[in-house]
Amino acid sequence: MAYDKFKVLKSTAVPMPIENVDTDQIIPARFLKATERKGFGDNLFRDWRYNADNTPKEQFVLNNPIYQGKILVGGKNFGSGSSREHAAWAVYDYGFRCVVSSFFADIFRNNCLNVGVLPVQVSPAFLEQIFEAIEADPKTELVVDLPAQTITVVATGQKEAFDINAYKKDNLLNGFDDIDYLLNIKSDIKIFAGNTPL
Amino acid sequence: MSKTLFDKVWDSHVVRKIENGPDVLFIDRHLVHEVTSPVAFLGLSNRNIPVLYPERTFATADHNTPTRNQHLPVQDPLSANQLRALEKNARDHGIPYWGLGHEKNGIVHVIGPENGITLPGATIVCGDSHTSTHGAFGAIAFGIGTSEVEMVLATQCIMQPKPKRMRISINGKLSPAVTPKDVALFIIAKLTTSGATGYFVEYSGEVFRDMSMEGRMTVCNLSIEMGARGGMVAPDAKTFAYVKGREFAPKGAAWDAAMAYWQTLHTDPDAVFDKELRFDGSEIEPMITYGTNPGMGMGIGQSIPLAEAVEGGVATYRKSLDYMAFHEGEPMLGKKIDFVFLGSCTNGRIEDFRAFTQMVKGRKKADNVTAWLVPGSHQVEAAIKEEGLLDILHEAGFELREPGCSACLAMNDDKIPAGKYAVSTSNRNFEGRQGPGARTLLASPLVAAAAAVTGKVTDPRELLTLETA
Ligand code: SF4
Repeated sequence: MAYDKFKVLKSTAVPMPIENVDTDQIIPARFLKATERKGFGDNLFRDWRYNADNTPKEQFVLNNPIYQGKILVGGKNFGSGSSREHAAWAVYDYGFRCVVSSFFADIFRNNCLNVGVLPVQVSPAFLEQIFEAIEADPKTELVVDLPAQTITVVATGQKEAFDINAYKKDNLLNGFDDIDYLLNIKSDIKIFAGNTPL
Repeated sequence: MSKTLFDKVWDSHVVRKIENGPDVLFIDRHLVHEVTSPVAFLGLSNRNIPVLYPERTFATADHNTPTRNQHLPVQDPLSANQLRALEKNARDHGIPYWGLGHEKNGIVHVIGPENGITLPGATIVCGDSHTSTHGAFGAIAFGIGTSEVEMVLATQCIMQPKPKRMRISINGKLSPAVTPKDVALFIIAKLTTSGATGYFVEYSGEVFRDMSMEGRMTVCNLSIEMGARGGMVAPDAKTFAYVKGREFAPKGAAWDAAMAYWQTLHTDPDAVFDKELRFDGSEIEPMITYGTNPGMGMGIGQSIPLAEAVEGGVATYRKSLDYMAFHEGEPMLGKKIDFVFLGSCTNGRIEDFRAFTQMVKGRKKADNVTAWLVPGSHQVEAAIKEEGLLDILHEAGFELREPGCSACLAMNDDKIPAGKYAVSTSNRNFEGRQGPGARTLLASPLVAAAAAVTGKVTDPRELLTLETA
């Protein structure tokens, strides 16, 4: 599925300083019944965001109009648990283009990269600085510069480099996905398969 | 050059290496279920491309299915729609589909091994994180996202950076009433839920050598709960005996050729791991979790740790205990429970039903407990009946449901009500995992059985002692 190219993102951010946020929280299982990739943003963090009677939980950060933006900043071990790509879809569909944490679960990170959400892993100290900056001023902007592989807190000038493998970076910059690549090497794959018994 | 088991299997499946990028990994066998596949099939039709090797993909219905009255039409229109979509997609693309009621139907990670789809040295993927289960056979097996499901359907490959290697060795003997589930919960409690992120784990040592194939599956299944991409156990005589004669396993000359390869599947003596951990099997107790991730587990007789004693954020820890309505420092033993769930791809195999039955035999289900016993597949269900377990269960006041994922993720009607406590043999105790507001205590089938007959958290060793006394 094609997604928007990612270059430089300047935005305010939504802070969620909770550790081990699992994909069951990001999108609960009962919302996985769709057969199309549509509307998942409405149920992002459903049970943290809404009461059982569907009224918003006011203290939850997504219901607090002070916090807005295209960047979600989460605590350590973000995206653990279920492999459901719906979690990454929900993040994207809600309007986030980037998730920042000091540590990501593997499958969630992969899924994000495959759907056009950039996972930015920063040091625990830098993550703290970001949370502090947002707490001091919710209007604080972050700049995520994919070509330069840096993330900057605009107000303070604090900046850190982040890692991403060159292939995935290229994909995000160009809006490509892995299937395009694989389809291009199909003849190699067929030769390999011919030598691999079932 | 010396290689680990993991390296041997991985390297032999690399179609192409991309510099500074992932490996293109060939996938031998692909399992599909109704929840994570529809958008992948949609992707194929949008691109107007076929499934490259339909004979390498197998489809079942499990996540969304009712565990009662499976012969009737599925009530929930959304679930029914997903099931229809899978059936149609499978038919359109020539993929074998084992829908509701089919004799091979069951939880995707239970039916793979049962039917000989799971083989040593194979690469196996599925859009479900507990695909790690199949590593019990010395396969590289892991969960993938829907985009990757589409890739495998279209090209039989995915693109993955190669994980690092970790070995967890446990020697010694397990104590009575300590099961493979306890071994796994013990390791996760030691490592935390992110302790093995980025790694593929090999389990080695006496404890795993002694374990049955079912037990190895339980341990490998839970690898994902410590963040690992997957886990594996080197195949041995037990593995080969399990695989032999199963429907999709090689036969005749192909079997001999496969055996020649499988015999090479072990870690060479001087191969190097990126990380090595060792534990002593005799130290492991029956385990139970008290919090909202599988790393929050402890020996069943211990007290809930104090916030300042745990690594990581105190606020996150307290939030978790609040959700459970538990307090730091209090014991778990004696806590009243409301539900017991025996099932899932973690503990829904015949051995788990044998263990549970052995414990409840001659006892009665406690009145305050609702028990859901859900076999992992129709084959498990049939064995329960054949072995006479069902009669014992009925005698003790239990009923058997029909196979599926059920309360493991509560996508169907099997939801634990808000605020209620469930001792569950499944794999995740996340907030709301078993239904909005549900409170899950993960444990072994023996601990679940002890809770089911006493109505509270009970050390299974107590009941065993009563038996032998
Ligand atoms: S039983 Fe649970 S963990 Fe296993 S495949 Fe089903 S939903 Fe996933």
